[in-house]
Formats: sequence, structure tokens, C-alpha cells
Amino acid sequence: MKVSIYRYNPETDREPWMQDYEVDTGGKDLMVLDVLALIKDRDSSLTYRRSCREGVCGSDGMNINGKNGLACITPLSEVAPGVLEGKKPLVVRPLPGLPVIRDLAVDMTMFYNQYEKVKPYLINETPAPAIERLQTPEDRAKIDGLYECILCACCSTSCPSFWWNPEKFLGPAALLQSYRFLADSRDQATTERLGHLDDPFSLFRCRGIMNCVSVCPKGLNPTKAIGHIRSMLLERAV
Amino acid sequence: MVTSVTSLGRNGLSDWLVQRVSAYLLAIYAIGLMAYLLCNPGLEYAAWHALMTSVPMQIINTLVVFSIASHAWVGLWTVTTDYLTGTQMGSSATGIRLVVQTLLVLLILVYVLWGLVMIWGGA
Repeated sequence: MKVSIYRYNPETDREPWMQDYEVDTGGKDLMVLDVLALIKDRDSSLTYRRSCREGVCGSDGMNINGKNGLACITPLSEVAPGVLEGKKPLVVRPLPGLPVIRDLAVDMTMFYNQYEKVKPYLINETPAPAIERLQTPEDRAKIDGLYECILCACCSTSCPSFWWNPEKFLGPAALLQSYRFLADSRDQATTERLGHLDDPFSLFRCRGIMNCVSVCPKGLNPTKAIGHIRSMLLERAV
Repeated sequence: MVTSVTSLGRNGLSDWLVQRVSAYLLAIYAIGLMAYLLCNPGLEYAAWHALMTSVPMQIINTLVVFSIASHAWVGLWTVTTDYLTGTQMGSSATGIRLVVQTLLVLLILVYVLWGLVMIWGGA
């Protein structure tokens, strides 16, 4: 099958270019990451991030035939019709909107900066109990669909609002995490957290196009979380 | 927290709310006006003039003018802050954005005043 990969080495290349490889997959429905590994065996200059290779660490987020996803859990058969059969090329590019360090590795600093802004940790001033802070099963259920985020950045880098204003708009990943703590019964900083979200950019730059939902490899729904935060802001201010 | 001095209410929530409420108002107005036109085929100038110069209609039209103005400003402000940024145009972006936003706001203001003259001018 034909594989087309985005190549860019800032030390030697004036601009990015696409390199074509011919790979023999033996007709097997490999994961995209396996195909990249076959190429790296032949061309060790190809650069990409990977770690757990099973969709848990979130290192290998990339743009596969136009859609962001984790290479390790994206089988060729799911990339696009015809890719597995070799009728269509597999096209791999780095996550859009972030500066490219080299080939498929992007600089995630802007993404992490936004994550840091939402204070992604429990804030509770009361003395910690001897064992743990208890929660009812109902309260615990409220953070299902929120805590599973692995920060792969597939959602934020598929969001046009994040592309245009990566320093001002928090992006779907950070907003999902923000709601994860707003919804946590053990967290006491609700007022403070909401106070940082009602400007025209941080949250309200979301136009609800739901690219984040369609690409999330963990099946999470940042748009819904953003809607919940908006309702909380509304309840507080009207 | 990002500060902004050119957005309509300087606050995301209020801009969002204004945009929603004005959208509903404009939708109801458009549907209502269309229904009126469909229910009155062969409408003549005298009847149309009487409708538009009646006080309730003058008030409704005024609300509509303000709705269009605020809705347009929230939307256009968003467009300018999405596409006239450093990512697209480098260091000159802030200056260009400020000029475009100022021109747009002045234009909207002109339209509002012109609309009010048309509605309340007694023509």
C-alpha cells in the first residue's frame, strides 16, 4: 500500500514536504502505528511519538487522512474506505494548529498552558480525612465521561476556535477538565473556577461545531461539558 | 481570564445571551411578517403604511433594529477576532483588527440611527 507522510526537519528543510512510501502489510488490518513502525525500520529518520501503543498514554495523536486520532488504536480499515485494500493512500500528518518540532512530533506547550489554567486538581481547604474524601455513588457517577481524558490533544487541535486563538480559547480538552472539577462534589472552588471562564474567549469561543466529539479516541463529549459549564455560569449570573 | 474591551458586553456570557435572545426575536419577527404578507395578498401602500406607523409596530421595529445591531456586532466581533489575528497576519494584526472593528461599529451605529429616523421620522 502507498503511505504518504508529512516530513519536516527544521535543521535541513526549508519547508515541509510529503514523502511517499510503499509498504507491504500483507493485506493485514494493521494499526496505523504498526505501519509507521514498518517504515521506521527502513527509514530511521522518520520521527513520531509513541509509548504504550494501546490508546492509554495519548502520545501518538496525529492527523490520519484528514481526521485526528491515535495511530495505535486506528486500524487501516477504519481510516477511510479503500485504504486497507491499497486503493487509496494512507496520509499521515502532524496534529494541526500546533508548531511542528519535526515530522509528526508537535510542540504541545500551548495545549498544556491552557490545561494548566483550569487548575486541573482538587481544591478543598478542609482538613483531609484519615483515609480518603468520600463521595456518594451518585456524585461519583457525575465525573464519568470526564475523568477518562488522556490529554492526547486530538480534540483541541481539530477545533478551529483553538487554531485561531490558541492562547485565549482554552480548547475542548481543558474545558472538559475544568468541568471534571466543577462537577466533583469534593471540590470547593466552584465560584473561583467559574469566575475565570465568563470572558468572551476562554469558554465562549466555542461555537458548538462538535469536531472535538467526532475525533475523541476515548468517546468523550467536551461540547456537552462546555454546555454544562455555560448553564452553571448562567445560573450564577441571571 | 481574557480581558476584552471591544466585545459588546465585555463579558462572554452576556454576549452569548444577547446573541441568543436577539436571534429568537429576529426569527419571530421574520416569521410574523411573512405570515402577515401571506395572509394579505394584494396588500396596498395605504394598509402597509398604516401598519408600519402604528405605535406597537414602531416599537417592535425599534426592537428589531437594536436586535440586528447587537446580533451583528457579536458576530462580526467574533469574525474579526478569529481571522484578523497574529496567526494569520503577523504583527500588523492588532492595528488592522482595531481599524476594522472601529469601522464596523461606526457603520452599525449609522444603520441604527438611520433605522430610527425611518421608523419614528413620521414619513
